[in-house]
Amino acid sequence: MTATAITLFVVSALLVWGGLIVATIHLIRHPEVAAYPSGGEDDDRPEHAVIVHDT
Amino acid sequence: MSAPNEESTGAPREQFSGQTGFILSAIGSAVGLGNIWRFPGVAYENGGGAFLIPYLVALVTAGIPILFLDYAIGHRFRGSAPTALRRLGGRWGRWTESLGWFQVSISFVIALYYTAIIGWALSYFVFSFDLRWGDDPAGFLLSDYLEASNEVALTSDIVASVAVPLALVWIAAIVVLTLGVSRGLERVNIIVMPLLAVTFGAVVVRALFLDGAAEGLNAFFTPDWGALSDPNVWIAAYGQIFFSLSIAFGIMITYASYRRRRSNLTGPGLVVALANSSFELLAGVGVFATLGFFAFQQRIPVAELETISGIGLSFITFPAILSQMPGGAAVGALFFGTLTLAGFTSLLSILQVTSAAVQEKFGLTPRSGAMAIGTVSALLSFALFSTTSGLYALDTADHWTNNIGVVASAVVMSVLTVWVLRRGPELLHHLNAVSTVKLGRVWLALVGVVVPAVLGYMLVRGIVTVATEGYEGYPTGFLLVMGWGTLIAMGVIAAVATALPWRRNGHDVQPWPPYPTVAATEEN
Repeated sequence: MTATAITLFVVSALLVWGGLIVATIHLIRHPEVAAYPSGGEDDDRPEHAVIVHDT
Repeated sequence: MSAPNEESTGAPREQFSGQTGFILSAIGSAVGLGNIWRFPGVAYENGGGAFLIPYLVALVTAGIPILFLDYAIGHRFRGSAPTALRRLGGRWGRWTESLGWFQVSISFVIALYYTAIIGWALSYFVFSFDLRWGDDPAGFLLSDYLEASNEVALTSDIVASVAVPLALVWIAAIVVLTLGVSRGLERVNIIVMPLLAVTFGAVVVRALFLDGAAEGLNAFFTPDWGALSDPNVWIAAYGQIFFSLSIAFGIMITYASYRRRRSNLTGPGLVVALANSSFELLAGVGVFATLGFFAFQQRIPVAELETISGIGLSFITFPAILSQMPGGAAVGALFFGTLTLAGFTSLLSILQVTSAAVQEKFGLTPRSGAMAIGTVSALLSFALFSTTSGLYALDTADHWTNNIGVVASAVVMSVLTVWVLRRGPELLHHLNAVSTVKLGRVWLALVGVVVPAVLGYMLVRGIVTVATEGYEGYPTGFLLVMGWGTLIAMGVIAAVATALPWRRNGHDVQPWPPYPTVAATEEN
């Protein structure tokens, strides 16, 4: 590969794949906001149980 | 009668089981056939390595903002596109509901032909084991497999070799949908997405070690900086981002509505958008390394290769390459297996848009909704796309649906939300209240100004082009039926569905978290 093509490949990889890694790490460290506004409870009636654990 | 909320329908709303399941499902929706066969060719023809600049600008200024708009509408108003947009519309809900049904009809039409292409990929997965296309992949595809008619006109002659895999795809999709969001759709994505990454990664690694791969990558990444001054290159970048992210036709509204109320939206959204782009970049590397090998075998430059994107790339050029490649059968099975899986996870999201909409409007269970929509769609899909004219019908319906239908939907949705209903600040408040990545008012400017301006231009240009130049040299009558006719059918479906009464009574949903302006109004 030429030096120019390698440079563009590296820049692309850093921005796109690097961006994905940074976004993923940020999400792992901050999965949710520190405090939600009050309310906002979901309708989790036991007879229609929904799975609430994370995958 | 107003749109029902979940309390009034008797059962809680279905939910994704968690953040990871949602992210994998949303990536499964975004990563589809277009990532593999569209992005590499578009990038190569629009500046090569320099295309990265307009591509990233388009991602940040249009792709991610519309993705967040979809998330905000679906999550705040807790419903499929018609339900959520009706609630967004308030006293104009009847009108905004019709936009939701237009989005549903887009998904309905796309599902009809998308299944056909997945069926082809499934067939080619099997054909790969003995490289059945031989020395003439184009002849094999058009004459032996599709039995494409010489004349471009609608026929009713069913092609068995296309109909059988099409039936398998429909059966699999309906079974998954009847299992529901958590046990069906999410579970399939949790299994398939890692598998997809591994199989496609294996294809790319194999491609990198082929003779001539470096020349292919040179062609792909060498920048043509002059292309950046060409407005068409920028439009191509916005188009690629827009069509690739599964936005503005109901999918992400529907998916976001299945998240718990207390859920992070923008953080996972960034992961989804960047994962989609990451897959596209990987596809670019894999496809052009392989094309480099093909050019090397023919002793010609990569620039002289023909058919480097779309259906032709996957079903004609790639088979030709596989025939010349050491271990071509195994690589072919991996490639077409990847294509099948990527298409299938996207198909599930497209069908869920329609299924969720009819469930809510007509008070159906997830199982009966999926069965009803699946059966009707499958029958239409067979009638239109398993015939000897299926290739032409598919090509035309796809062009009109994407370039006019989806783009128009995005323009109307953004203008309606920001300028007509003026609910942009409320949606911004919603996103920031539940999300870890906070957005500024620039998001409103992007959704309200940049998106309508760029996509509006794309829409006008798309309409003028097909109105003056036609498409692919197909007969005008055929384009009237399968192109304009498809759009008219979408409009009729949207109007009729909006006019039908809601099956269950309901009261207006109380959006959470409360928007300060709404609270202040209520106090007065």
